[in-house]
Amino acid sequence: MESRCPTNSVFNSQSSTRMQELDRAGMGSVRVTRKGNNVVVLEKDLATEQMILAMGPQHPSTHGVLKLECLTDGEVITEAVPYLGYLHRCFEKCCENVDYPAIVPYTDRLDYLAGMNSEFAYAIAVEKLLDVEIPRRVEFIRVIVAEMNRIASHLVAIGTYGIDLGAFTPFLFCFRDREIILSLLEWASGARMLYNYIWVGGLAYDIPSDFNRRVKEFVNYFRPKTVELYKLLTENEIFVKRTRGIGIMPADVAINYGWSGPMLRGSGVKWDLRRNDPYSIYPELDFAVPVPDGKVSDVGDCLSRHLVRALEMEESLKIIEQCIDKMPSAEGFNPRSAVPKRVRPKAGEVYGRAENPRGELGFYIQSDGKSTKPLRCKARSSCFVNLSAMKDLSKGQLIPDLVAIIGSIDIVLGEVDR
Amino acid sequence: MILTPLPHISMPLLMGNSLNAWSEALVGFNPMGLPLGLVILAAIPLVFIALYSLTYGVYGERKISAFMQDRLGPMEVGKWGILQTIADILKLLQKEDIVPTSADKFLFVIGPGVLFVGSFLAYAVLPFSSAFIGASLNVGLFFAIGIVAIEVVGILAAGWGSNNKWSLYGAVRSVAQIVSYEIPAAIALLCGAMMAGTLDMQKITMLQSGSYGFAHFFLFQSPIAWLPFLIYFIASLAEVNRAPFDIPEAESELVAGYFTEYTGMKFAVIFLAEYGSMFMVSAIISIVFLGGWNSPLPDIGSFALNAWTNGPLWGVFWIIMKGFFFIFVQMWLRWTLPRLRVDQLMYLCWKVLTPFAFVSFVLTAIWVIYVP
Repeated sequence: MESRCPTNSVFNSQSSTRMQELDRAGMGSVRVTRKGNNVVVLEKDLATEQMILAMGPQHPSTHGVLKLECLTDGEVITEAVPYLGYLHRCFEKCCENVDYPAIVPYTDRLDYLAGMNSEFAYAIAVEKLLDVEIPRRVEFIRVIVAEMNRIASHLVAIGTYGIDLGAFTPFLFCFRDREIILSLLEWASGARMLYNYIWVGGLAYDIPSDFNRRVKEFVNYFRPKTVELYKLLTENEIFVKRTRGIGIMPADVAINYGWSGPMLRGSGVKWDLRRNDPYSIYPELDFAVPVPDGKVSDVGDCLSRHLVRALEMEESLKIIEQCIDKMPSAEGFNPRSAVPKRVRPKAGEVYGRAENPRGELGFYIQSDGKSTKPLRCKARSSCFVNLSAMKDLSKGQLIPDLVAIIGSIDIVLGEVDR
Repeated sequence: MILTPLPHISMPLLMGNSLNAWSEALVGFNPMGLPLGLVILAAIPLVFIALYSLTYGVYGERKISAFMQDRLGPMEVGKWGILQTIADILKLLQKEDIVPTSADKFLFVIGPGVLFVGSFLAYAVLPFSSAFIGASLNVGLFFAIGIVAIEVVGILAAGWGSNNKWSLYGAVRSVAQIVSYEIPAAIALLCGAMMAGTLDMQKITMLQSGSYGFAHFFLFQSPIAWLPFLIYFIASLAEVNRAPFDIPEAESELVAGYFTEYTGMKFAVIFLAEYGSMFMVSAIISIVFLGGWNSPLPDIGSFALNAWTNGPLWGVFWIIMKGFFFIFVQMWLRWTLPRLRVDQLMYLCWKVLTPFAFVSFVLTAIWVIYVP
C-alpha cells in the first residue's frame, strides 16, 4: 500500500499554496500509506527552495558597486545576473558639452586604476581625427607612463584577487610596490591617480630631469618582487586549487562575447592591440604577448587570466627599460609644441583604441566640423564587455567560485558604468 | 629575561630556584586556616587569560600581521600601540547595541553568550601548572573536546537569529565544518590519551615529566606521535575557524559570516571567544603532545636544568609559552595562505585527515601494546 507520490495528489485540499507551488516545481514529496480510509504520512521530504541572494552593491568582493542577483540552491548558483549603474556619471553626455581637451580629465575617471592608459586611448582617437604629428619624445614618455600604470593596475588586480581568495598579505605587498609607481607618476604629473597628463597632441609637462633614473631604479627593485609574488601567491597550492579549472571560457565563446585584454589572452587567443593594431612606438619595441600554454593552468580558467597579468608585468618592465634607453634627449623639447590651440576637427568620425590593462578601450568620436565639442563621444569599455559573460560563467558554480570568477574578470566599476 | 644569554649561568638558575621557593611558600601560606596562597596561585592563570585575550590575542595578531606585511600596525595608543585593544574595547562598549528588527531576538542575544561560554569552559580543565587546574576531572580531555561542541550551538543561534542570508550561510558552513573536524581531532587526541592511559589532563602532563625534558614529551616518545600531532593541529585550525579554514567568516565571500549583523559589545564577545578558542586548542595540543607545563630543558650532566626550571610558577610560564608558539603559527598561516573552498575543506577532513587519524590510532595502539 505504500506509495511515493507528489503531495498534491494526496493532500490536495489540505496543502497550502506554498506546498502546491513546491509540488509544481517538483520539490517536496511525501511517502504515505493507507490505513482503511485514512491516509497516514510515513515520511515527508524536506522541501527545498531556491533563494535569491543579493550580492552587492555593498559586498567586499564585488570590487566596487557591482550587484549580482544570484539565484542559489544551497551554495550552488543557478543563475547570477549583474546589475549595473550604481556608479553611472553620464560620461558620454558630459563629453558632448565640453571641449575636446576638457574630456581628458573625464577619461581618467573611467578606469581610475589606469588613468594614463585611458588618456592615451582618448588622445590617440582625437589625434587620428585631427591628423597631427606628435614629437617623438612625447611618444616615449607616453609609453613609459602608460606601462607603469599598467603595472600598477595589474598589481591591484593581483592583490585584490588574493583577497578574494582569502590571502591578505600579497595584497599589501602589491600596494607597497604600487605606491612607488604612484609617487613616480605624481612626480611627473602632479596627481596620484587622476593625472590629466597626456593631452591631445602632447603632454601637460615634460618629465622631471631625474625621472628616468628613478624609474630604472624601480624596475631593478621590482623584478625580484614579481618573483616573490609568484612564489607567495601564484604557486601556492591552495591558490591553484581554488583557481585552476574554475570559470573556463573557451576561446571561441570569448571572441563572440567581445572579450579583450588579459581575459581573451587567458583563453589562449594571442590578441594584443599593441601588436595587432600597433599604435605609438610599440612596433619598435621588443616584448612578448604572454598566452597560457596549458601546462600550469587549464587554458581559459581563472588561473590563466591571473597568470597572463602576472607575466604581463614582466613585459611592461621590459618595455619601460627599452623606452628609457631609446628616448630622445630633452634638448629643445616642448611637450606642448603640437598641442593645438583650439581643437576643431573636420567633420567626420573616428574610432581610436588602445590596449588598456583590462582590455581594449576605444573611443568613437563624431565631429560636425563646426563645433569645438564632439557631437558624440562613445567609450567602448573593456570591463563592461568582459562582465557581460558573467551569466554564462556563473551558472552552476559555488559561491566561493563565483567570487573567484568575478575577481579574475578584474572589473573596475568606474569603467563599467561610465 | 630568562631567555637572554647572561654572563654566568647561575643567574637564571638562581631565579628558577627562588621562583620555586616562592611558589612553594605560597602553597603553604594559610593564614587563619584559609588557603590564601593557593587562591593567589590560582588567580595567576585567570589574570593571564583576561590579559592574553586583550593583549597578545588581538594586539599580537595585529602586530604580527603588520610585520609580515611591511607595516607597523597600531602605533598611536600607548607605546607601540600597546593600549590599542583596550581603546577598541572601550569604543565597542560605547556603541549602540543594535538588534535588527527582523532578527529572532532571543537567539540573537543568546548566540554570543553561548559561544563565549563554550570557548572559555574548556579552560576549566586546562592544567596551568602542577598547582593550578580549575577542575581536575578524570575525564578532562573528553570534557575539553565535548565542551567545544557547545560553540556550534552559539554559532547556529547567532547565524539563524540574525535573519540574514550571509549569516545563515556562515552558520551552516561553520556547523558542518566544526562537526566534521571534531572526528579527526578527537581521534588524534585519543592517540595521546592512549599513550598516557588516562584522560586526566593533569596526569597526562605528569606522565611527560622527567629529567630529560623534551625527550619525555609524547611527541618524542614514539615515532608515530607526530602524525596525530599534525592531524590535531590541522583539525584544530578548522575547529577554531582560522585560516586556511576560515570559511564560516570568509569575508570576501560571506561578508562576515555568522556575525555579520553583530555590533558593539556582542561583536567584541564573539571576537574574544575566537581568541579564547585559539589559546585553548594550542594549550590542549601542548598538553597532550608537548608536555604541558613541563620544562622542555633537559638536565645536562650535573646541571639539574630541568629541576630548576620546573615548579608551579614555571609551569604557568611554560604552558603559556607553548600556547603562544602555536598561536603564532596559527597567525603565521593565516597571513600567508589563501582560503580553501567548502568542498575542498570537507574533502580534506573526510578523505585525508580522518583515514590518517585512524591509521595513527591503530599504529599508536600497536606501539603502546608491543613497545614498552
